[in-house]
Amino acid sequence: MAVEERDPHSGFLTTGHEWSGIKELNTPVPRAVYFFLIATFVFSLFYWLLMPAWPTGVSYTKGLLGADDRKNIARSLEQAEQARAWSKKIEAADFAAIQADPALMAIVRQSGRTLFGDNCAVCHGTDAKGSKGFPDLTAASTLWGSTPEALMETIRVGINSGHGESRTAQMLAFGRDGMIPRADVENVTAFVQSLSAAPGSIDKAKVEAGKAVYAANCAACHGEEGRGNAELGAPDLTDKAWTYGGDTQSIFNSVWHGRQGQMPAWENRLSPVDRKILALYLADLRKPRP
Amino acid sequence: MFGLHYRLERKTLGFVLAVIGVASIGGLVEIAPLFTINQTVEDAPDMRVYTPLEVAGRNIYIREGCYACHSQMIRTLRDEVERYGPYSLAVESKYDHPMLWGSKRTGPDLARNGGKYSDAWHVAHLNNPRDVVPVSIMPAYSWFLRTPLRTDDLGKHLRSLRAVGVPYTDEMIANAPADAYGQAAPDSPFAEGVSKRYGEATTVRAFDGKPNELTEMDAIVAYLQILGRLTDAAHKPSVATETGPAGTKSAEAKPAEATPSGGKP
Repeated sequence: MAVEERDPHSGFLTTGHEWSGIKELNTPVPRAVYFFLIATFVFSLFYWLLMPAWPTGVSYTKGLLGADDRKNIARSLEQAEQARAWSKKIEAADFAAIQADPALMAIVRQSGRTLFGDNCAVCHGTDAKGSKGFPDLTAASTLWGSTPEALMETIRVGINSGHGESRTAQMLAFGRDGMIPRADVENVTAFVQSLSAAPGSIDKAKVEAGKAVYAANCAACHGEEGRGNAELGAPDLTDKAWTYGGDTQSIFNSVWHGRQGQMPAWENRLSPVDRKILALYLADLRKPRP
Repeated sequence: MFGLHYRLERKTLGFVLAVIGVASIGGLVEIAPLFTINQTVEDAPDMRVYTPLEVAGRNIYIREGCYACHSQMIRTLRDEVERYGPYSLAVESKYDHPMLWGSKRTGPDLARNGGKYSDAWHVAHLNNPRDVVPVSIMPAYSWFLRTPLRTDDLGKHLRSLRAVGVPYTDEMIANAPADAYGQAAPDSPFAEGVSKRYGEATTVRAFDGKPNELTEMDAIVAYLQILGRLTDAAHKPSVATETGPAGTKSAEAKPAEATPSGGKP
């Protein structure tokens, strides 16, 4: 410092600068700041020793504690698995035995709800009641069966999913691809609607005309009586459950454009126990409640 | 103690250089040597590059600011691994320029989103999220379905990516617009080239449900369906960790914690 001037009032040195007669004090940094500065240095020294810290070119210093995020997460997942003693039980027991065990079913309801919320709810809804294009899982009819076994298999392989054993459901675009003329699509729509609608509510002439169209084009998959065929992925047309809507326009659209709904396969995404819990959870949701 | 500092403060240029020098120590010491450490980025021989359609989708993802609400990185935390799947590896973002890891999750993480939902769901959801998720606060992106995708500049995008290290071939660059079209039109003559250049496992289908039209919806859905599926490295225990499986999604944690007695029925 070129200028050494002490302020007579505070006793501190000034910086030596002067602006319009005002001089700036050169107040020293408070002691607490020095203390914490030194404390952080000491902390980082210990941290460098204990934790992974310095790169050394091809590797890095691993630290005395041997902390490793990948090992930690593997360990914590393993511990979580062990804490879930029921997980093994659910894996080993058959569906009927689990369903008969209230304690296990309590876990299924709780875990199932979380699993369903994380994985299924965006399509099927948090209440599993679905929406247009995504089936209501609580409804009376499911195409591929509603036993826990069947549900678990559907979850595993998906529908039109590209999985090797996927369930398939391919409804052709009868109208768009020109297989049936427009008038006949309208007629067969009326016929299909009449299968589940209140008698007399649909135009009789169209229903009659649609019957022949149905027999020639639809019966092969959906059956003579429209009861469907799970092996061909053809749904029952006589019930009131409609994935894509049961009003005239929706049925017309399904016949005109076809339907190739897709559900992803969950085999590589969810563990067998998780799929089992989900199947049990859904089977449980479907049970009639008092 | 401050003698040197006092002198330095009085020399502008010298002081600026000193500030730069001090400020870069952290970066130089902690970041730069990481590039030489072989554990930083794992090996993934099965890693494939983004197709032109996916690159276009990625650009839309950036354009619309999706990263502001969705992260693309699953951290090494138990709740994340149990909810989303195996934690993210560095190699999975190898061809991401820029990376889209993000740090804010107003919506869920998307790093393992590919293949989780159907195309039809993505289309319905992007068109208006409330149609499929009534409580969603995500904005609707309804213009994706009616906006034709710009493909004429995709070759240039691929070339730019090659300049920063993504191994696109000349053939890929030359055929970029055709491949973008072909990937969303499985019955067209262009579809074959996509599988030929990007591998048989590449998904070729009408992502937006309209095989004869190439829209922005095709691109964004194609991109969302490939997230986390460029390589299987994260699913392979040997690569992911030395001690055990990388955490297949096993039964969720919360119920177990909520009912400790549930484990002993």
